[in-house]
Amino acid sequence: MKRYFPWQAIVFLLPALLIYSAFSALPLLDTLRLGLYATDETGAQHFAGLANYKLLMFDPQWSDAFWNAMWNNLKFFGMHMLVQNPVGLLLATLLSVRGLKGARTYRTLIFLPTLLSVVIVGFIWQLILSPLWGVGERLMGYVGLADHFQPWLGEEGSALITLSLISVWQFIGVPLMLIYAALLAVPEEIVDAAVVEGASAWRIFWEIKLPLIYPTLGLVTILTFVGNFNAFDLIYSVKGALAGPNYSTDILGSYFYRTFFGYQSQIGSPTMGAAVATMMFLVILCGVAVYFYAIQRKLQRYE
Amino acid sequence: MSTGLLHLTLLAYTVLALFPIVLVLINSLKARDAIFDDPLAFSNAETLSLIGYEKVLAKANVLLYFGNSFTVTLISLGCIVLFGAMAAWALTEYKLRINRWLMLYLAFGIMVPIRLGTVSILSLMVKLELVNTLMALVLVYTAQGLPLAVMILSEFIQQIPKELKEAARCDGVGEFRIFFQIILPLIRPAVATVAVFTMIPVWNDLWFPLILAPSDQTQTITLGVQQFLGQFVTDWNAVLAALSLAVLPVLALYVVFSKQLIKGLTSGAVK
Repeated sequence: MKRYFPWQAIVFLLPALLIYSAFSALPLLDTLRLGLYATDETGAQHFAGLANYKLLMFDPQWSDAFWNAMWNNLKFFGMHMLVQNPVGLLLATLLSVRGLKGARTYRTLIFLPTLLSVVIVGFIWQLILSPLWGVGERLMGYVGLADHFQPWLGEEGSALITLSLISVWQFIGVPLMLIYAALLAVPEEIVDAAVVEGASAWRIFWEIKLPLIYPTLGLVTILTFVGNFNAFDLIYSVKGALAGPNYSTDILGSYFYRTFFGYQSQIGSPTMGAAVATMMFLVILCGVAVYFYAIQRKLQRYE
Repeated sequence: MSTGLLHLTLLAYTVLALFPIVLVLINSLKARDAIFDDPLAFSNAETLSLIGYEKVLAKANVLLYFGNSFTVTLISLGCIVLFGAMAAWALTEYKLRINRWLMLYLAFGIMVPIRLGTVSILSLMVKLELVNTLMALVLVYTAQGLPLAVMILSEFIQQIPKELKEAARCDGVGEFRIFFQIILPLIRPAVATVAVFTMIPVWNDLWFPLILAPSDQTQTITLGVQQFLGQFVTDWNAVLAALSLAVLPVLALYVVFSKQLIKGLTSGAVK
């Protein structure tokens, strides 16, 4: 039977491709282009090559804040890797213990915060940690630590770490679920065989289960990376666009917002905003590239 | 590890996960004094008060904001599911040479956040005169949700037995009727998974409402609550009530859909 060109395919594809192209793919490309332009006093844009990037990376007026945001973003990501993913792994391991009663209830409840708007989450924790209300101080008092209570969100040294931990609290459900699913998929025969051989639960975890879920851990890492380097809402809702105190919680997302829209004394610039967005794009692209490179090599090794 | 210790650990973490939410909900139902006197207690006959809710509902356009959020979320969701399923069907059913490239093109949208294109999206919306309309949000969220939807739905459509389609074709059923009357009903479980996955980020988004539709008439509940919290930061009753009102729909949704969501997550829908 001769196959004609299925014209219906075009009708089926058209709406999705049009909307995706017009409002996602092309704006992204256009933003990359716009990063090469500069805006003069009259608001007109002209081609400027890499001038924006030179400003961003080397002119102290821009670069101090930019590198500060980049560095903070790295710390933000680091905290997630150090706390969120190991704790997620621990909880997932406990949940996947065979015959555990109530596993479904636990994972449903622990996943709950992930669904809340960051605006709400940020504010809830602001209330708890505020010295005004004192819930945090009171709770610490119950275990005799009231003297150690500090307004962590308000101090330059601790604000970013506190915000990272709030973010960890909210999003731990995602690595937890992904790792949990991967652990359930580990073939029972392998584990049984190891048990018969007399391997301890500890050894089974480290030498059998963990290596088998490496691909999932890689996925969790890249999801965390992209999410963290694109974060904005939490900082904005807790600290505002100025990411205080003294820019100590400024990350690329909030820096992008200020550069693009301006804030208080700072005047917004679409072209500089586009340059910042392009830098964020490059950072994310590097992360994704490393991920695929690492996964690719791992797959080849297993073959 | 003993079972007791295991439960203790999981229980401790569950309390940590729920405590902040419960704290807000119980205090939103208290009189002002009680919020400060004993924030950790449930409200009793003496301290029960709905003053916060009355204030919020009277002062701010909370209901309007809720309506906006519902409108935007539902329409985006409808577009994502319908257009996503259509594209997924075309990509899996008609073996065109360009399909691999189209898949790659869409996969890009899963990895790169749409937020990075904001500068151009805003100027595009200005040109189309869509700034401060809900339409702008719908278009952006649809574009944002489509790639993942196409990916997940393609997986499902591939599992539909060939015989079904071939039989229909032999009977002379048209391609569009095959899709709408045979395929679409068959992939309903996958559609539910996609719906839950795309709904949450749309409902919770702060960035695009802030940039594309910040006017008082088009604010979503997330943006509305954000601004409300800024204005009424000292009115604790109102603040706690506003927070609770914003939490409740998500909680209700979760109760209804949690099985679907968890199944989607653990069966690898996002891999």
